[in-house]
Amino acid sequence: MTKKKLLLILCGLSLPLQSMFAARLEVCPSCSYQTIHSALENASDGDQIIIKSGLYREGNIQVTKSVHLLGEGWPVLDGEGQTEILTITARHVLIEGLEIRNVGNSYIEDRAGIRLRNTRFCTIRNNRLVNTFFGIYLEHSADCVISGNEVLGEALEENSSGNAIHCWYCQRLTIRDNQVYRHRDGIYFEFVDNSQIFGNTSKDNLRYGLHFMFSNDDYYYENRFIQNGAGVAVMFSKCIDMDHNIFASNWGRASYGLLLKELTDTDIRNNSFRENTIGIYVEGCSRIDYHHNEFKQNGWALKMSGGCLDNHLQENNFIGNSFDLSTLASAGTENTFDNNYWSEYSGYDLDHNGEGDIPYLPMKLFNQIVQQTPEALILLRSLFIDLLNFSEKVSPVFTPENIRDLHPKMNPYTLNIRS
Amino acid sequence: MLKIFRFYFFDLIRSRWTVLYALFYLLLTSALLLLSPNLSKVIISLMNIVLFLVPLIASMLGIMYFYSSRDFIELLLAQPLRRSTIFFGQYLSIVGSLGLSLLLGIGIPFLLYGILSSAEIWNYLVLLGTGLMLTFIFSGIAFWIALKHENRIKGFGLMILCWLFFAVIYDGLFLLGLSWFNDYPLEKFALGASLFNPIDLSRILILLKLDIAALMGFTGAVFSKFLGSGLGMLISMASLLLWVGFPIWRIRAISLKKDF
Repeated sequence: MTKKKLLLILCGLSLPLQSMFAARLEVCPSCSYQTIHSALENASDGDQIIIKSGLYREGNIQVTKSVHLLGEGWPVLDGEGQTEILTITARHVLIEGLEIRNVGNSYIEDRAGIRLRNTRFCTIRNNRLVNTFFGIYLEHSADCVISGNEVLGEALEENSSGNAIHCWYCQRLTIRDNQVYRHRDGIYFEFVDNSQIFGNTSKDNLRYGLHFMFSNDDYYYENRFIQNGAGVAVMFSKCIDMDHNIFASNWGRASYGLLLKELTDTDIRNNSFRENTIGIYVEGCSRIDYHHNEFKQNGWALKMSGGCLDNHLQENNFIGNSFDLSTLASAGTENTFDNNYWSEYSGYDLDHNGEGDIPYLPMKLFNQIVQQTPEALILLRSLFIDLLNFSEKVSPVFTPENIRDLHPKMNPYTLNIRS
Repeated sequence: MLKIFRFYFFDLIRSRWTVLYALFYLLLTSALLLLSPNLSKVIISLMNIVLFLVPLIASMLGIMYFYSSRDFIELLLAQPLRRSTIFFGQYLSIVGSLGLSLLLGIGIPFLLYGILSSAEIWNYLVLLGTGLMLTFIFSGIAFWIALKHENRIKGFGLMILCWLFFAVIYDGLFLLGLSWFNDYPLEKFALGASLFNPIDLSRILILLKLDIAALMGFTGAVFSKFLGSGLGMLISMASLLLWVGFPIWRIRAISLKKDF
C-alpha cells in the first residue's frame, strides 16, 4: 500500500474520533459567543461552531483551525461591500448552511466569499452566496468537495466581475450539484488536475459556464450550461472527458455551446447541443472522439478551424441545424465523419440496411461561400441559395469531396441523453 | 369605384383559382402546424413558401385576370366612368381577393392553434404583413405589364422574367457582388441592395424577427441595429410602400393615356 493511501485511510479514521471529542460552540446574539471571531478564537481543532440565524457583520474571518462552521436557519455573513469574508487556511474545515453576501468588487484584489488557501480535505456545502464578486476561490488546495452551493452574482461587465467557483493550482477536487448564476465564468479551472465536476447548473454567465485552462485529466458530466456567453471553454488542456452534459441556448453573436482550443486526447459523448449559435467550435485540437451526441437546431452544429487532426465524429445526430459543418477543405483528409445521422440527408437506402447508399456531404456550397464572405449570410434561406446548393449537390464542383460521411444513417439514433 | 370593386371582387372570390389558392394555404399551414410542434420552425417553413409562391401566384393570376377580362374593361370604358375608377377598382379587387385567400389560408389554422396567446405573435404578424405586401406589389406589377403590352405572350414572358429576376437572379447578382468586393466592408452595400428587392427585404425582416441575426455576426448586428431602429423600420416600410406605389403610379399614368 502506498504512503498516500495509508495517509488517506488514517485521515478517514481520525475524523469520527475528532467529532467524538468535539465541542459545540454556539454563536448568536444571546449565546455565550456573540461573534464568529470570538468563537473561532476559543475553538480548538475538530470543534463545531453552530451559527444561529442572524446578521453577522464581522469583516474578514480567518479560519485557521480545523473546525466545522455550521449555519442554522441561514445566518447571514455580510461583507458590506468592503472585504473578503471567509478565508480558510486550515485542513478538514467544513462550511455548511451559511448565507454569505456583499463582498464588493475590487479591481486590485480578487476578493471572494469563501477562500481556501493551501489546504486539503475541506468541504463547502449547501451555502448560499449572493453578490460575492468571486464566490468560492480555491488556490493551492487539494481533495476538497464543493457541493450544493448556490452562487448568485450580479455581474454586468466582464472586466468588473469575478467567477462563481474559481480554482487555481488544485488537485482532486469534486464540484457537484452547485448552481452558479450571473458571474464572469461559472466555474473556472486553471492548473487543476484529476478533478470531477458533475450535476451543476451554470446559467447566465457573461463569459463561460465552465472554463478550463491548462488543466488535465478532468471529468465533467451531467451538467447544464444554459444561456452563457459560451457554455464551456476548454483551452490548452489534455484528457478532459465530457459526457451527458447539456449545452443549450448559448445564443448570441459570439456564442458557443462548447469551445475547444488546443485540447488533445478527449472523449466527448452523449452530450446535447441545442439552440446554440455554434454547437462546438474546434481550433487546433487533436485526437478527439465525438460520439453519440445530439446537435439540434444550432446555427452551426460544428465549426472546425485550422490545425485540427484526428477528430472523429461518429454516430451523432445532426437535426435541424442551419449549417451542419463549417470547415476548411483540408480538414477532410485528417478528420473523419462516419455513421452519423443528418436530418438534411436526402439520399436513399435501396438495400434497407439503415445506411444511405450515397455519401452525405455536410459542407454545402453555401457554407463555403459564407466562410469566405460572411456578409453572404444575408441570403440565407433564399430560393437562389437553395437552387445553388441543390445543383452543387447533384454534381459537386466546388465543395471538398473528402469531407463526407460514407455511411449516413437513415434514421436518428436513440441516444441516452438527459432532457 | 366601390361598385366596380364589388363586382370584380365577388366574381373573383367565386372563381376556382382563388378558392384553390386559399385551400392550398389552409392545407399547408394545418399540415405544418400538425407535423411540427415548434411554432418558429413552422413560421420559417411557411416563410420559404410564402416568399416563393405569393409573388408567383400574384403575378400569374393578376396578369391572367387582366387579359381575360379585357372585353369587360372595354365595355366599362364605354360607360360614363372615370378611367382611374375602373382600373383601381379592378386592381383593388384582385389584391383584395388574393390577400383574403392568404389571410384566411394562413390565418385560420394559426388562430385555431392559439397564436393570439403565443409569444410568436409578432413574428407571425410580420410574416402575414410581408405576404400581403408582396401580393400588393406583384399584382401591381402584373397589372402594369398587362396594361403596357397588348401581346399576351409578351406580357406573360415579361412577368415570368420579372418574378424570376426578383426571386432568383437578383440574389445571384447580389452574391456575385458580395464575393467580388470581398475585401471591402460590405454591410452598407448589403443593406442598401436588400432594399431594392421586395422579396429579399421581406425575407430579411422575417429572419431578423426570428433571431437568426445572431448567426450573421457583425453583418447581422448592422442589420438588426438598422432595421430594429425607428428610422430603419421607417425606411424599410417606406421601401415596401414605394414598391407598392410605383406600379400603381405607372398603372394610372398608362391607363389615363392608353388608346384602347
